[in-house]
Amino acid sequence: MSEMKIVSGNFAAAYGAKLSRVEVVAAYPITPQTEVVEKIAELVAEGEMDSEYIKVESEHSAMAACIAASNAGARAYTASSAHGLALMHELLIWASGARLPVVMTNINRAMGPPWSVWADHHDTLAQKGTGQLQFFCESNQEVLDSVIMAYKICEDEDIMLPAMVVEDAFILSHTKEPVEIYDQELVDEFLPSYDPDYKLDVDQPLGFGSLGMPDWYMDFRYKIAEAFEKAPDKIMEVNKEFEEVFGRDPGGLIEEYKTDGVDVLIVTMGSISSTSKDVIDELREEGHNVGLARLRTFRPFPVEEFRKLTKGVNVVGVMDRSYTFGHGGDAAREIKDALYGHRDVILKDYIVGLGGRDLTPKILKNVMLDAISLQDKGLDREIEWVDLRINQERWRR
Amino acid sequence: MSEEEVFRIVIDPKDHRDLPRAVITDCPSHLMTKTGSWRTLRPIVDLEECIKCGICWKFCPDVSIEVKEEGAVVDYDYCKGCGICAKECPVDAIEMKKEADYV
Repeated sequence: MSEMKIVSGNFAAAYGAKLSRVEVVAAYPITPQTEVVEKIAELVAEGEMDSEYIKVESEHSAMAACIAASNAGARAYTASSAHGLALMHELLIWASGARLPVVMTNINRAMGPPWSVWADHHDTLAQKGTGQLQFFCESNQEVLDSVIMAYKICEDEDIMLPAMVVEDAFILSHTKEPVEIYDQELVDEFLPSYDPDYKLDVDQPLGFGSLGMPDWYMDFRYKIAEAFEKAPDKIMEVNKEFEEVFGRDPGGLIEEYKTDGVDVLIVTMGSISSTSKDVIDELREEGHNVGLARLRTFRPFPVEEFRKLTKGVNVVGVMDRSYTFGHGGDAAREIKDALYGHRDVILKDYIVGLGGRDLTPKILKNVMLDAISLQDKGLDREIEWVDLRINQERWRR
Repeated sequence: MSEEEVFRIVIDPKDHRDLPRAVITDCPSHLMTKTGSWRTLRPIVDLEECIKCGICWKFCPDVSIEVKEEGAVVDYDYCKGCGICAKECPVDAIEMKKEADYV
């Protein structure tokens, strides 16, 4: 029987890995991810989880071990955060190039300096070009659900790519919420064991990851691009199947909240989405025609979905909890990219909550009211940093 | 393993549709990729001078020299022409010559 437990986002990730019958776990601890691997270590030590738990000396080695395990046909899992994820960079690219469905949890934490352990999406978004599928979670339940779903999506023969399931530092990772821990049999029914067609096997030796000369390299990379093109449909298919089996919709590519016929569309990612939904309710009660799109899947980027979603919309207000220097907020930039030549719409990028700066309902409401005001006054500036000390009075009033 | 046995996963791929999803081969990829083609200098062994000491074999970073009955024999499929063998040969039996003169 499934049971409800009060668990942190970190424990939800660990239980997600357990229910996915992960066979190899290789990880290195880092705040605020440590509890994920501690919990898995405990589950393995107590015999509740049948996995090889490999202690490694770095995140780079953690992903290397997962790659080797996945190449050998094992379902592999790791978890990291911020600087640990950055150290993994080379191997994140390797995992996608080698087409290995390694799933990891990343706890979104700001990158230093200044040193910070608090919520910020820059760590994950700095890895957006590594060929990982990226799922941004809103709740602890979604963390558990997304780990299970990620294996199902990634191990599909048309996809065969690695994925990152990400959750905001402390806001989810260390905050306890009721989470349904599914019955193992139910998960087994949904997620069959991993059995790739090619794997490391001493009886049938194969060579993996060898040289690709210029006359073939590009063709191999094109195959990855093809898999990414198929990924959106696969994600939605698995999302639907998940809903049928577990009675819960984790949000697919974009979760739409009261978006029908709206004039103003607010876009959020991660944990601020739940607070934002309350604010949307409040604004709608006050007569504003505003809705929210929660960008759940950042890779593959839901280009078509944004085009559909913005039909008839006057203003798109995007809240980015990250900033790429010399470019802007990642979500806003990519949405603009998706809408180019398709929609004539005002789009404003709000840089919010970097390094864990608190995003209260009041601040979120002021951001949304600013977006709403653009309908009449037009775009005042493309990018605005919200709640900097120099403009705090405006956003907190 | 012969060259013909390589890529049994995919025989004679024409384009990306024939390839496995990643670089997965039935045998070491060097059988497909003759890295010796990168060479600009070619070691020429004077077998009259060669004393079969095996120093060149020991130093060759690409395992491309074998000391046979007749002396040191270079595998030009994989020798990249670094010249270490010529430098280390105690009797100066190896001379580096321009690859262009041989192709």
